[in-house]
Amino acid sequence: MASLWEYANPKKFIQTTDRLLPWLSVLAAITLVIGLIWGFFFTPDDFRQGSTVKIIYLHVPSALMAINAWLMMLVASLVWIVRRHHVSALAARAAAPVGAVMTVIALATGAIWGQPMWGTWWAWDPRLTSFLILFLFYLGYIALWAAIENDDTAADLTSVLCLVGSVFALLSRYAVNFWNQGLHQGASLSLDKEKNVADVFYHPLLFCIAGFVLLFVALVFLRTQTEIRARRMRALLARERLG
Amino acid sequence: MMPDLGKYADAVLSSYAVSILLILALVAVSVMRARKVRAELDEVEKRSRRNG
Repeated sequence: MASLWEYANPKKFIQTTDRLLPWLSVLAAITLVIGLIWGFFFTPDDFRQGSTVKIIYLHVPSALMAINAWLMMLVASLVWIVRRHHVSALAARAAAPVGAVMTVIALATGAIWGQPMWGTWWAWDPRLTSFLILFLFYLGYIALWAAIENDDTAADLTSVLCLVGSVFALLSRYAVNFWNQGLHQGASLSLDKEKNVADVFYHPLLFCIAGFVLLFVALVFLRTQTEIRARRMRALLARERLG
Repeated sequence: MMPDLGKYADAVLSSYAVSILLILALVAVSVMRARKVRAELDEVEKRSRRNG
């Protein structure tokens, strides 16, 4: 089996992901469509929350991806800091807009869900606030990459920002456990079956989560390929200008 | 076919509309930029091969 570090070679990364991308994209689309249709059309209303429970199929997977995208960026940034593999820095850069969109979906669906259930679109609740800060970190991270011309310097500085932002990524995951206050309920998914949502909501939710994960991976592969090509283009253009 | 969403129909439908639109926009932007950068790189590579 090939060593993981082989994929730090841009050519090898593009070759491998080119083969995987069509399958991943189709699988992501099928899983997502099945999960959303199942959840929207074929699940009952909740006895307390009525039909708003159907928002769970978008809110929970997008919130999960918002946090995990940042954690993926953290791992990629650490690989860049320790081993100086350009592909890992570019993968972190590629994941940021995807994570930011997932955060917006989580915040928007949360606000829309919160209005009828809590009587307010927004509250300065620990989980909501840490999610908003996480979104601001995403924007800062994307802006920092765009603001610095030298790719290596940009990768260094954004990696440090990513390390700092990880505190908020973890906080947004565990905020409800740290502070037992605020409007947001505890985690919808748990290894403890007693604390989990009912099976009738749980199974389509798993499909939606799988769909969001596959979509994230497919988008990160595609966008990393683009970043690798854009970097090569910048290098060739710089060489042209010199000679 | 359409489930009865009752008094929360606006909330549920707007959640789905916003999320699906954002996801489609993200996919479209990613695919379009991928094609654009690929085409530009091909051109730059051809030019640099021609110029030695």
